Amino acid sequence: MKKPMTHAEGARKGRHYYGHGIPRFPLEDLVGKLIVVEGADGSGRSSQIARLVDWLETCGHATVQVGLKHSTLVSSELAKAQEGNILSRTTLSLFYATDFADQLENMILPALKAGFIVLSDRYIYTLMARDMVRGMDEAWLKNLYGIALEPDAVFYLSVEPQELVQRNLAKNAALDYWESGMDLGLSRDMFDSFLKYQTAMQAAFRQLRKNYGFTVVDGNRPVGSITKELRKKIRALLVEK
Amino acid sequence: MMKTFAELNFPGRLIAVEGLDGSGKSTQIYLLKRWLEAEGIKVYFSEWNSSELVKSATSKGKKRELLTPTTFSLIHATDFADRYERHLLPLLRAGYVVLCDRYIFTAFARDVTRGCPPDWVRGIYNFAALPDSVFFFKADLEVSLNRILEGRPKLKFFEAGMDLRLSADPYESFRIFQGRILEQYLAMAGEFKFIVIDANQNVEKQQSFVRKVVGERINLARFRRRRPLPLPPPLPPDSKVKDTEEDLAA
Repeated sequence: MKKPMTHAEGARKGRHYYGHGIPRFPLEDLVGKLIVVEGADGSGRSSQIARLVDWLETCGHATVQVGLKHSTLVSSELAKAQEGNILSRTTLSLFYATDFADQLENMILPALKAGFIVLSDRYIYTLMARDMVRGMDEAWLKNLYGIALEPDAVFYLSVEPQELVQRNLAKNAALDYWESGMDLGLSRDMFDSFLKYQTAMQAAFRQLRKNYGFTVVDGNRPVGSITKELRKKIRALLVEK
Repeated sequence: MMKTFAELNFPGRLIAVEGLDGSGKSTQIYLLKRWLEAEGIKVYFSEWNSSELVKSATSKGKKRELLTPTTFSLIHATDFADRYERHLLPLLRAGYVVLCDRYIFTAFARDVTRGCPPDWVRGIYNFAALPDSVFFFKADLEVSLNRILEGRPKLKFFEAGMDLRLSADPYESFRIFQGRILEQYLAMAGEFKFIVIDANQNVEKQQSFVRKVVGERINLARFRRRRPLPLPPPLPPDSKVKDTEEDLAA
């Protein structure tokens, strides 16, 4: 297996699959750009992606948006299974991997081949971090996601758990069961569980960053200044060619 | 290296059958199950690709021909993991003899034939322990093919390996596909200590051999159901507690 590379901020040289990839999509055909925005719920991912799409399209770039649980193949089954919370951890992990693979092969790679800029609302890192927090083996996950393409840029919107809790409550007046890690039994108190879980998730992201180097963006700032920083980094990526 | 359930000190034992479609393995494991049941053994049977949860996604994927080698592999791994974590593991902890019609070797053979790298497939399944016994039903390729193709059944797209574009004719495609899977099986027979059964023999002869081997390898007395426990006192009429199976309490 190829050794994962660490990268300079944002821009990357040369395309790689993390492992064997998807052989029917040779790397040299993937002429578009894959940009990933990672972060917890409430970190501002969707707002940033919406703003980036707006900006990129105005500049004349064709874009495609993808996210987790959007596959034709398993998304509805996955949602149903999650609702009942009946799947064990390996099963849920593989179900998510199936969803990811389906989108990778049917959305992401074809779009890159057609020269699109693909904006991915989360990517394998969230899936890996969630599983690591649940005690799954990192080497097992690394093998599993050897199918994935290394993005051109990964921006991780880092927001303090205390701030995330405020944003989520302000938006929904409730905390999400899974984003609070309630299945882990960290605390029966959802507020406590949310803080503990998000802290553990950040630690998992720090661990992943060692192998999958991504750009950490301070998400505690106003929306506009974050967009400005992202645009600057993406602009550099687009002129590089 | 992966370990068997016995090596991992599980009280239960897992027996798997593997082989091509039409090798007669399902008949044999059914007869084995009947025998063990008649002997009063705690036995559970599990079939490949049968998890309720994953089924609708798999059948949708197959019907609409949405699956690639990668998603084909992953969705079957999901199905296996669901059965493994929710049924097989707890039953093996509870001292059952678990019979599996196909186990991880089916994935190893099929997915690799479809072009997935062997290390990747094996890595995905390395959460599963190895069976305590694997019976491999080895029939001549032509015999298995004829059993399936005799009635000119309508072969399903993935079943015939049509996704591999081996031939435009489903029957020809099926032949080539099954031949390649057989090669994969034979290549791992030694590594995983398959007990190879000559599936060209008659049903009875094969079954008596299977029963003999199981009887030698497993101390069946250890897996007998206990005598039914005395009935518990009647529950109050408003109670929502359901009857539990007496032997799970053991």
